[in-house]
Amino acid sequence: MLIAATIAIFVVMILAIIRGVVGPTLYDRILAVNMFGTKTVLFIALLGFVMGRPEFLDIAMVYALINFVSVIGVLHFSDSSVFQRRPQDSDPSAPAEKDC
Amino acid sequence: MDTAISISSAFCLLLGSFLCLTGGIGILRFPDFYTRMHAVGVSDTSAAGMILIGLMLQNPDGIVIVKLVMILLMLLFINPTASHALAQAAMNNGLMPLLDKQVLDRKENDHNGQNEAALDKTKNEGIKPSNP
Repeated sequence: MLIAATIAIFVVMILAIIRGVVGPTLYDRILAVNMFGTKTVLFIALLGFVMGRPEFLDIAMVYALINFVSVIGVLHFSDSSVFQRRPQDSDPSAPAEKDC
Repeated sequence: MDTAISISSAFCLLLGSFLCLTGGIGILRFPDFYTRMHAVGVSDTSAAGMILIGLMLQNPDGIVIVKLVMILLMLLFINPTASHALAQAAMNNGLMPLLDKQVLDRKENDHNGQNEAALDKTKNEGIKPSNP
């Protein structure tokens, strides 16, 4: 049953990678990467039990934290409108308003 | 007792794998970003919980269960937070849901379809429409 769950999670990781490659928007890709990270945590935990080494759970914990930090970091950059800058966004009237 | 524990562990692992596969199929097949996020967010959390509970039942001793509970708590805090931040970032940056035009079109089609069906019923019963 452990091997069956491992194979299922591996298949789902492949599906998430497909969505991350073909995803039409930026947020689809971020979502696919987030799902891939969660599934990687489960995959490492299951693989530790399959191979008889439960010490792999430490690596799974570290991977969960790294995944969270990376997703929040990328979302912070995408909030700061550096990702999707349009040419009409640079308005010269902003410093004039700041002066008064 | 041992058999019951192993059977419940196998059941939890199978349920987790099934939820995992539904999430994977959902992220490929749903039409919109927000619907994809619904599939991933729901199935990720429940699948992780089920698989980790199954692993806890596999090996009932000591430090392994503590680590598994820590991973479960981390995932239960991290997944909703990341989903919330992702949805808010997408909404703030102007990614609209696909629903508006489709819901309007479907309402209009339903309206026309009901009218046409009523007319067909009153006029000629039992004759199928020629063009699909």
